[in-house]
Amino acid sequence: MRIHFEKRKTYSAKASVLTPVISFLVSLILTAVMLAAVKINPAEVYAAMFRGAFGTWRDFSETLVKAIPLILTSLGVATAFKLKFWNIGAEGQLVLGGIGASWVALFASAWLPPAILLPAAIIVGAVAGSVWAGVPALLKVKLGVDETLTTLMLNYVAIIAYDGIYTGPWRDPDGFGFPGSAMFPEAAWLPRLTGRTHAGLIFALIIAAVLWFAFYKTKWGFELQMIGNNKKAARVLGVNIGRNIIIALLISGAISGIAGACEVTGIARRLQQGLSLGYGYTAIIIAWMSRLNPAVCIPVSIIMAGLLVGGDSVQIMMGVPSAMGQVMQGMILFPMLAGSIFSEYRLRLSRDSAATAAPTEGGLA
Amino acid sequence: MKADDSHIDKNSPPMILEMRGITKSFPGVTANDNVNLELFKGEVLALLGENGAGKSSLMNVLVGLYRPDAGDIYVNGKKVHIHSPKDSMELGIGMVHQNFKLVDTMTVAENVILGEQEQRFAPKMKEVSTRIREISDHYGLNVAPDCYISELSVGERQRVEILKLIYRGAEILILDEPTAVLTPQESQDLYKTIRQMTSEGKSAIFITHKMDEVIRFSDWVRVLKKGKLAAVKRTADTTPTELARLMVGREVLFNIEKDEFKPGDTILQLKNVELKGSDGIKLLDNLNFEIRSGEILGIAGVAGNGQVELTEIITGLRTIDSGSILLNERDRTNKSPIEMIKSGVSHIPSDRVAMGIVGDMSVANNLAMKGYREKPIIRGGILRRARILDLAKRMISVFKISTPSTNTHVKFLSGGNIQKTILAREIDACGDLLVAAYPSRGLDVGATEAVRTEIVKQRDAGRAVLLVSEDLDELVSISDRIAVMFEGKIIGLVDSNTEHEKIGLMMAGIK
Repeated sequence: MRIHFEKRKTYSAKASVLTPVISFLVSLILTAVMLAAVKINPAEVYAAMFRGAFGTWRDFSETLVKAIPLILTSLGVATAFKLKFWNIGAEGQLVLGGIGASWVALFASAWLPPAILLPAAIIVGAVAGSVWAGVPALLKVKLGVDETLTTLMLNYVAIIAYDGIYTGPWRDPDGFGFPGSAMFPEAAWLPRLTGRTHAGLIFALIIAAVLWFAFYKTKWGFELQMIGNNKKAARVLGVNIGRNIIIALLISGAISGIAGACEVTGIARRLQQGLSLGYGYTAIIIAWMSRLNPAVCIPVSIIMAGLLVGGDSVQIMMGVPSAMGQVMQGMILFPMLAGSIFSEYRLRLSRDSAATAAPTEGGLA
Repeated sequence: MKADDSHIDKNSPPMILEMRGITKSFPGVTANDNVNLELFKGEVLALLGENGAGKSSLMNVLVGLYRPDAGDIYVNGKKVHIHSPKDSMELGIGMVHQNFKLVDTMTVAENVILGEQEQRFAPKMKEVSTRIREISDHYGLNVAPDCYISELSVGERQRVEILKLIYRGAEILILDEPTAVLTPQESQDLYKTIRQMTSEGKSAIFITHKMDEVIRFSDWVRVLKKGKLAAVKRTADTTPTELARLMVGREVLFNIEKDEFKPGDTILQLKNVELKGSDGIKLLDNLNFEIRSGEILGIAGVAGNGQVELTEIITGLRTIDSGSILLNERDRTNKSPIEMIKSGVSHIPSDRVAMGIVGDMSVANNLAMKGYREKPIIRGGILRRARILDLAKRMISVFKISTPSTNTHVKFLSGGNIQKTILAREIDACGDLLVAAYPSRGLDVGATEAVRTEIVKQRDAGRAVLLVSEDLDELVSISDRIAVMFEGKIIGLVDSNTEHEKIGLMMAGIK
């Protein structure tokens, strides 16, 4: 018997849906092997994780809290990935969004009417994220600088700048030495829907719907798809590639910026340590698992948020490190990448000819 | 002409290489059909033929990159089995490919020893450099061992490749289109190097389609045509005219019906157009011509003489350095691709898969890639799926595109159907000018005929057509006039009923 790959005549829609699902299951198995190796019952861990993330309404609300930035950043990442522009800087764009929104909340309340303080904070956050993504886009278009490096490195610039700001110039003078800014004025608080789940969820759903429509129904989406799949042909067919890259990246950064703005105005309501839990990186996995489909980003983000929240709860309940959730997230990516081959190829089993098989069997007998 | 052994003289030097009955086929094409080759010690053999005649594939068999379906190879009279370039190198056979296999970020010396067998963990670079200098001086290669490849010109890189093979002990050197990238002076130097080598008993095979090179460089010529050996000649006993005839030959022509030639107004006009490459070499040199409505202007020439660049400057993909391009008497010099499209220029690009389609999008979407900007496909920035499908169904039936569905990703179609998809889209959107580069390359007979018929229809409908092709039969059968390009210039502008041989000679740079 031999196994070989055979090219399909057309794409398999079934394989493209099954691959992420099976990849998730494979990651469960791989993680189970790891857990079993350190003598922890994987079934118990998984049950505890599930209960921790989805067991009660309160738990689910916490999962949603983490799902909001994941949905937004994964939408931002997906917009750039549509063009095969590898924006891995959603983390930095989110942080910049947080800084931009905080600036409005902390310093503009003196002269801005309270009614528009919150919208202004979110818009400035979006613009800040946009700029942070626009710089690599411009460098790529004008000078051909590799975007993977620039977007990644700008993450560190953003994070260090953020740490410098809340421990330095924006530190609350009445904060008893606690590193963090003053509390935002109440007019800049993003309203909460239930528990800590804030109105960012509504933004996330609206943006997902708009992007879905833009990707699949508009001229703009059509051009993104052309550029992403064959840049040369797109150019021959008259598509302006540079302009499209810049527009898409400004949008991509703006969405991640909104994620950051919602985090600061909806959760902590001040600048302090731990704005992002690596949402911008998890977003890459989510965008990929969702095949860059904005509608699919929503459920996938909720599952990934569940792994984070569930990971925390197994740490509390069973003493298993909370990083377990992140390990599982990472484990999904490998079978996903390996599995993408199945949408274009299928496995075929074939028998070697009887003539060559016979002597071997004879020899064994 | 039959290729037999009667040409072998008793006084010939010993035969060091023989290929017997080599057959190599790829899905759909036979690249080599029962081809024989003999090479004598200290001599140079030229392999002559058009693009796709099977020269490169024969040589790839010899260096172990391809495995032949049938046939044997003998080196110094002994049958050998060559499974990889490493095997061929051990037998003293080395090849300089058209695309050099050098690592840009390493030095000449490092490249020379890269991949060498029995390499020490820490190579003695001093000894290597000394040896490189010796070889370089001896053969007049003028290569410095410590230079980085990225600092070298194309000609220098080629010399590094040759030096690498000599360093590794090559007795038989294969050069694939060696002078295509060289200046005349560099070609002259290459000629000297090869003569030095042959005087020491080494031999060379070079692949070419330039006639003057054959006459100057070689002792023997083998002409390949459509995968078969068409002739074996001693260079001294032949003439460029005879070689051109043997190379181009005649084939049964398709009979494509064509209206009488009644050219109308001038559509496209090029005035003193000049385009320089990044290295300052003129890719297009003082081009002046016009195409009228109802006329097909064929562009003949060996690939790489500026034809693709010509199509790219007319379609807005490249900007020219001087001169002007006029369309319907309006200046359209250095406009963007979209501006040219809007001026009514359609383009069937030279590389259909890389430039003509988006493989991962559906046939219907690919058919809409010109029309998606306008009504009725788009309304208020929103694409109307139903209109895209209507358009696709219409084009699929008119152009007889064979596809499982409108939804199939276009990359799963055959080459002929991919080309029909492009043709349908471009013709549907075409204004006054159709630019077609190698439209029937690699297509089967049926698809070729469909493509040619469609192009003639555009001419009969009063459009101007610029047709670039490497197939002389195609040019002669459908063009009204033929311009022959050589080294970026139009070397001749002739009627389409000019004899093949004359055009063939011009393609080789002989006026």
